[in-house]
Amino acid sequence: MTTEDPERQDIHDYLADLEDIPGTRVYTAKRARQGYQLNQFAMSLMKPENRERWKADEHAYLDEWKLTDDQKQALLARDYNRLLDLGGNIYFLAKVFSTDGLSFVQAVSTMTGMSVADYQAMMVAGGRSADGLRSIRANALAAAAKETH
Amino acid sequence: MARITAGVGCSHVPALGVAVDLGKTGEDYWKPIFDGFEWTKAWEQEARPDVVILVYNDHASAFDMKLIPTFAIGCGEAYAPADEGWGPRKVPVVEGHPDLAWHIAQSLILDEFDMTIINEMDVDHGLTVPLSMMFGQPEAWPCKVIPLAVNVVTYPPPTGNRCWALGEAIGRAVASFPEDLNVQIWGTGGMSHQLQGPRAGLINAAWDGRFLDGLVGDSDALRRIPHIEYLRETGSEGIEMVMWLIMRGALGKATRMLHRHYHVPASNTAVGHIVLEPT
Repeated sequence: MTTEDPERQDIHDYLADLEDIPGTRVYTAKRARQGYQLNQFAMSLMKPENRERWKADEHAYLDEWKLTDDQKQALLARDYNRLLDLGGNIYFLAKVFSTDGLSFVQAVSTMTGMSVADYQAMMVAGGRSADGLRSIRANALAAAAKETH
Repeated sequence: MARITAGVGCSHVPALGVAVDLGKTGEDYWKPIFDGFEWTKAWEQEARPDVVILVYNDHASAFDMKLIPTFAIGCGEAYAPADEGWGPRKVPVVEGHPDLAWHIAQSLILDEFDMTIINEMDVDHGLTVPLSMMFGQPEAWPCKVIPLAVNVVTYPPPTGNRCWALGEAIGRAVASFPEDLNVQIWGTGGMSHQLQGPRAGLINAAWDGRFLDGLVGDSDALRRIPHIEYLRETGSEGIEMVMWLIMRGALGKATRMLHRHYHVPASNTAVGHIVLEPT
């Protein structure tokens, strides 16, 4: 395992690294601010009476929240990757897919471009390897090196 | 005097709670996971802790985005299972230990850890699933529980080094409590898993194995793993493993391993489990 000086972490390097992971949206302060209303909306579905109102009329329920049009569209479409891009956090978005009666496996698989069955088979076979998925920068360097050969 | 007699590391996958609650633990998919906890269940019956300090993270249940405490300690009398969107789990109410909890809270603050104090909250699967894994389905939980909630959702979570140091301070706090109490500390969450984005489903059994190795003995190398390594190697939700370091730190200089178990998958997640004793 790698180690580093724990004394001081440069915040700019730290935040840049968080954006360097393929296929991943780390829930940074920037996303938390962008998605504040979106995540609080999702949180409201913790209450049974709100779940009933949401299920009865999604558009009307959404209009009670200060969401952007993009966020509303992505919610109606249950486009979870888009919702992550718009500041959603998976534990908050879980209130939306739980209300739909979906498990984590079912909802998570929709973000991977795989069917639920294929995704589950991948998990049973040991999951997705980190190889080639550790760093966007490292992948770009490797690709560039290959081209020069 | 109160003393920390053991530490437990354990994943808190919500689907494990569902498997227990719906009586599915004997099914082919779940059995290998639950078999690995049989040893621990028997051991806990012998060990009979008075109190468990249960380090976990809330998953947008008690805390929403309005308040994000980095470290929060439950000093209340009791905590009800949270409704996470499909009704609360039908498990016993969790009884707190306000005397010890307030003692720890005060000691930690004087030891320069600026804790948030919780008097009332509901507890979600992060806390109740480990109780089910260790104690099964009793009428009432067999011990008091002090919830210790860590922010591992909004970045940055606390560093591994800070978590380890908090554990050390918890160890000092417990040792200065005058009542004779048998206290365990559990670190929960992990192991490798990613629940979001196209990279979801990531598992890294080799890395998880090295992490489990590192909890045993007198090395403190794990406290210096940077966040980015957890993220790259173990998936975005693998960061939960910093909570295991609070448990490890509380066990003091060196540990001995009593039991270890690892299985992939439980839904999206690698289930890891370890039982340690201070030496």
